[in-house]
Amino acid sequence: MIIATPPVIPNFGSASKCEQDNGWWCTDWLHQHWGDTLQPALVQHVELSAIAVGIGFGIAFVLALTGYRYRFLDPPIGAVADFLYTIPSLALFQLLVPITGLTVTTVEIALVSYTLLILYRNMVAGLRSVPDEALEVARGMGLTRTQTFFRVELPLAVPAIVAGLRIAAVSTISIATVAAFVIPKGLGRPIFIALEQNLFKTEILAAGALAIALALVSDVVLVLMQRVLTPWSRA
Amino acid sequence: MTLAAQFHPGTFIDAFRFIGDNAGLLLSKTGQHLELSSTALGIALVLALPLGLWLGHKHRGLLLALGVSSVGRALPSLVLIAFGLTVLGIGFWNNTAALTVLAIPSILTNAYFAIDGVDRDVVEAARGMGLSERQILLRVELPLGLPLVMAGIRIAAIFVIATATIAAIAGGGGLGEIIVNQASYGLEGVVGAAYCVSALTLLAAVLLSLVTKFVSPRPEPKT
Repeated sequence: MIIATPPVIPNFGSASKCEQDNGWWCTDWLHQHWGDTLQPALVQHVELSAIAVGIGFGIAFVLALTGYRYRFLDPPIGAVADFLYTIPSLALFQLLVPITGLTVTTVEIALVSYTLLILYRNMVAGLRSVPDEALEVARGMGLTRTQTFFRVELPLAVPAIVAGLRIAAVSTISIATVAAFVIPKGLGRPIFIALEQNLFKTEILAAGALAIALALVSDVVLVLMQRVLTPWSRA
Repeated sequence: MTLAAQFHPGTFIDAFRFIGDNAGLLLSKTGQHLELSSTALGIALVLALPLGLWLGHKHRGLLLALGVSSVGRALPSLVLIAFGLTVLGIGFWNNTAALTVLAIPSILTNAYFAIDGVDRDVVEAARGMGLSERQILLRVELPLGLPLVMAGIRIAAIFVIATATIAAIAGGGGLGEIIVNQASYGLEGVVGAAYCVSALTLLAAVLLSLVTKFVSPRPEPKT
């Protein structure tokens, strides 16, 4: 049922009392396996998510510019993004495997496609919410269209864009755990291994806690980034 | 490994054939899927909706609403389902519990902000007319905040139906059971079941939009 997990290697004999009792928080296990299981999984998870959000941001930005400037393109782009979002992640991962193989690319394509809807909608909404007066003033001051975009429209849209980024980052970190279904990477991997083998509680709890902590930390980082980018809102 | 099964564009059409050939199987899996999703959504509604509405009415618990929404979003579904499995064991209830937890944040937060954001002058006017607090909430604030409340329920419903596929990893049944079992059903089975999940999601979204339209207060007809 579960794909891409390594062979079962039970460690009878060497397991501590806590591990044999399937304890909730076996510190000795955590100490032993931080280096070979949890820490690499965390690093991989950060990589998977950061690449996905980065690429997703780039694509969504181009799409948002298109949908903003050419209004008639907005509904079709939005509809495609909507559709991508309704595909169950487990199915999308498997669907891509025959095309791109059991690779990081497979996972990234799926993760990127899930970020598009949120990022695109927020970017377009942010750009549209720029008040007409601000655009009038910019025109009155003699700014060209490009200048208006970069100096007026884009900065005023930053809060909405960052709000979209926050949701995209957090949901990508969440979906990336499922990626371990097809590739042995990320924080989902220890969870899948535990689910498959012995339901070892400490492993599930530790990997889960790391995933949640990662999501919360990324959320805080993005909030701080917004504060730096929009000094005028800090009154 | 069957994952290497050759992909060809025909898979998307074969998937429809799979649906036609296995209508009975898909129907029963869809039934399980709906049972799981609706139970979770129902419990989440009973728990989160009154709390969100009441906190919004009192204009209290802003931090709670914000905290629940950000922590709730940060909870990966897989983590919750795995966690539920260790606590409650394999079966229906561990998945129901996990999905319930996932459904609560958007319902609670939207209900809170919907009611909290109702024009305070309107509420004052209602109070001045002698309406009780309960009447104010049910007859003034709820109808005015309804679109936002329903939007929260819609998001939760879509999310729960989509996430219920992952429940199959923890023996939860439903359409996910076909999706995680490519070895038995083939890629066209996976895609066919995915079609069903997408259709369910869209159906739920449309249905809830209709409900919203139906229960929303209509402007008085002009005389």
